[in-house]
Amino acid sequence: MSGIKDRVAIVGIGQTAFGKGLEDTELSLACQAISMALDDCGIAPSEVDGTASFTMELNREVDIARNVGFGDVTFFSQVGYGGGAGCGTILHAAMAVATGQCNVAVAWRARKRASKASRPWAQTPQRIDDQWQWSRPFGLGRPVDEVAMLMRRYMHQYGGTRDHLANVALAFRKHANRNPNATMYDRPLTREQYMEARWISEPLCLFDNCLETDGALATVLVSADRAKDLPQKPAFVHSAAQGLPPQHQTMINYFNDDPLLGPSWAAADQLWRESDFKPADVKCAQIYDAFSPLIPLSLEGYGFCERGEGAEFTNDGALEWPDGRLPTNTAGGGMSEAYVHGFNLVLEGVRQMRGTSTSQVENADTCLVTSGEGVPTSALLLRN
Amino acid sequence: MATEAKFLLPDLESEDAAPFWAGTARGELLVQACGACGRWRFPPRPMCPYCRSVETKWEAASGNATIWSYVVPHPPLLPAYAELAPYNVIVVALDDDPKIRMVGNLLASPEGAINEIDPASIVIGEPVRVVFQQIDDVAIPRWVRK
Repeated sequence: MSGIKDRVAIVGIGQTAFGKGLEDTELSLACQAISMALDDCGIAPSEVDGTASFTMELNREVDIARNVGFGDVTFFSQVGYGGGAGCGTILHAAMAVATGQCNVAVAWRARKRASKASRPWAQTPQRIDDQWQWSRPFGLGRPVDEVAMLMRRYMHQYGGTRDHLANVALAFRKHANRNPNATMYDRPLTREQYMEARWISEPLCLFDNCLETDGALATVLVSADRAKDLPQKPAFVHSAAQGLPPQHQTMINYFNDDPLLGPSWAAADQLWRESDFKPADVKCAQIYDAFSPLIPLSLEGYGFCERGEGAEFTNDGALEWPDGRLPTNTAGGGMSEAYVHGFNLVLEGVRQMRGTSTSQVENADTCLVTSGEGVPTSALLLRN
Repeated sequence: MATEAKFLLPDLESEDAAPFWAGTARGELLVQACGACGRWRFPPRPMCPYCRSVETKWEAASGNATIWSYVVPHPPLLPAYAELAPYNVIVVALDDDPKIRMVGNLLASPEGAINEIDPASIVIGEPVRVVFQQIDDVAIPRWVRK
């Protein structure tokens, strides 16, 4: 058999509390999440012999390994491009298990917003010698500005409106209101509140932005054979892909032929090629939502609608549990559950496959999980 | 302007970009072109992605463009920018080759600040021309309506 289809499963998940200004260090949070994920599947830390994390992860494998008590680690990988990396870590771990480079792989993300690696935009040196010299001197300084620029163009080209973006924010908030672990669990959001919210970068307002969260999440992956003997229902890695399209520039992707044709399209080609499912078969999705415009762009990229129809797709509660066409970010996503670089989306995908989501989609036999749109990205199709 | 000293600025010694900034200092908007196939590319880089030549030359653009998109940032922002917020940032497409786009700001006059235009008046597709504003040792290309 070639490829990785269904050969590896996520069998353990763990996460710390989400919050702001958590007392524990980032390293401690990472170790706690990994430890919980191992307990979740009943695998001893000494069995862990593979790791995958983000290049932006400050907690190195060596430190994780000697805290949690790993054995000989024979595969360790990191994936770049910030929020684009999440599903990529699962892909790397799954490939390593499928090819025998390791047997028990751990993938994780830990983040504290107060840490040095947080808010990189605010740490730009005054003299810029890299790609940011083409945008930041002009006051296009933050990720929200960079995404707003694409959204304004999208609105012009395809007729998307703030009402569409509100559809996204409100759907995810409703899901968070059902998830006791979500930051916004007890904070409902109305369309009026959305429309009256302060601007951050017009056309985007406060509620078009993700949260700022401290927390850590981890997963454990083993072969499908091994998964049969473990306590949790496996979430099989059915298909997974990374995507870097031609002439792409990370975040300020204004310089290629068609800037609204983002990395999702490149990842989607590979993802669906290897999959037994088509977009129409997918009953729920976890789509990377650092900013609300990434949802229409990703819906188009991953083939749930035609180009230019992503904003319209969000109408009539399409993203909302339980009756929407595609219940999306069913734990609240980055905008209302927690923003841990999108890794919480992976865990919610696993819960949907186990049947344990607080907004469980009935008969969900597959779930799409995506990572950042607007940066070199990755995506994952889970099945149960 | 006193606050402008704290604006983020390009490193004029940047390997691939130095000729661009040398051009703006002379009042020219230069675009990198392939020395072999002649195609323009932006941002500048060492190899032509169309023919893989590493020969490069720099050609003057007309300085005429149209607005491709724009945003209006509000705080929280770095202090120099927060003082001017809300202001506009635009992306323009050059008339010479609309696939060449650059980030800039729309000014009411060549000496104006980046927060003088009513953002509600900005229209995607409207024609603009380049002007250069001196901040410290950098000539920053910005745009005014034609």
